[in-house]
Amino acid sequence: MARRATPEVNAGSMADIAFLLLIFFLVTTTIEKDKGIARQLPPDEPPTDEQVVIKQKNLFIVNVNKSDQLLVEEELMDVKDLRQAAIDFLDNGGAPAGSPLYCNYCKGKRDASSSDNPDKAVISVQNDRLTSYKMYITVQNELVAAYNHLRDRESQRLYGWKFTEVKKALDEGSFKGNEDDIQEKLESIQKLFPLKLSEAEPKKQGQ
Amino acid sequence: MSKFTKKKSSEVPAVNTASLPDIVFMLLFFFMVVTVLRDNNLLVQNVLPKADQVEKLKKDRSIYIYAGKPSSRYQEKYGTEGKIQIGDKYTDVTNIKFALTELRAKLRPELQDKVMVALKVDEDTNTGLVSDIKQELRELNMLKIIYITTPGNEIQN
Repeated sequence: MARRATPEVNAGSMADIAFLLLIFFLVTTTIEKDKGIARQLPPDEPPTDEQVVIKQKNLFIVNVNKSDQLLVEEELMDVKDLRQAAIDFLDNGGAPAGSPLYCNYCKGKRDASSSDNPDKAVISVQNDRLTSYKMYITVQNELVAAYNHLRDRESQRLYGWKFTEVKKALDEGSFKGNEDDIQEKLESIQKLFPLKLSEAEPKKQGQ
Repeated sequence: MSKFTKKKSSEVPAVNTASLPDIVFMLLFFFMVVTVLRDNNLLVQNVLPKADQVEKLKKDRSIYIYAGKPSSRYQEKYGTEGKIQIGDKYTDVTNIKFALTELRAKLRPELQDKVMVALKVDEDTNTGLVSDIKQELRELNMLKIIYITTPGNEIQN
């Protein structure tokens, strides 16, 4: 009687098949890493009679017209100067020493005709409906950069690390240490320079 | 005596490739797991603006809105005015609310209150279209938005 051994399956081409599949998935994979500028919209509430009065000196008006030109505080400005202008405005600390509004961590010019303190300072962006989205994002980016610059400076002074770096590490989950503790510190820095960006309804063309 | 010297061979042994399939399979599984097949094809041009002061998007709780001019192959039919795309079809401004409520219902229930709207808008779009979208979002009470950008800086280039 002939001995019947079941022949072994040849697994030599297994690697080839696996490679084929691997290459297919390699090609189709798009590891999406969407990043962007986050915003909180104001809630849609009926207008109240109560008028919130913001002093003119605490308001930093950025106007963008339909051909993407920038008007900052009634002056024509190049977009690359916007960041520094916003930093100067926020960091001004114009309230006199001794008054309750006095800002003891501001390092600005302390110009009485500019903002009292960072908590009072409001940046208002006014767009035209025909402003390009590219310009809109550039302006928003520069203004956020101004806040981040100041927050970095304060966190460096108080705690010895940079606000944006620690926040990024927290976002990515690569932060080592006590998270609650650091969250509290981040919030305290945010309180020193709260993000106060207001957006007016865009004007129609030609108005 | 010759017993011991016989085995000695001067040739270098071949590298054992038996574990190669295992390694390849490991890679394969990795890519299979991370792959997200694109579920909506783009009907609009989508060149995102550049920004560097960015935050990361939490994917599990986000809804995408695309806006921009129709892609070149649709321009004959739909013209070159900026359009809004939600899901895989064009949506009119008045229909945004309906489309978004539908999308929100697809999210995990515990995340539905924390929904974040990701705006992927072409850089040539008018801001007017974006503010129309934002007005609709305010009425829907979806207040967390994120403008998706690409890394870089508009000023330096």
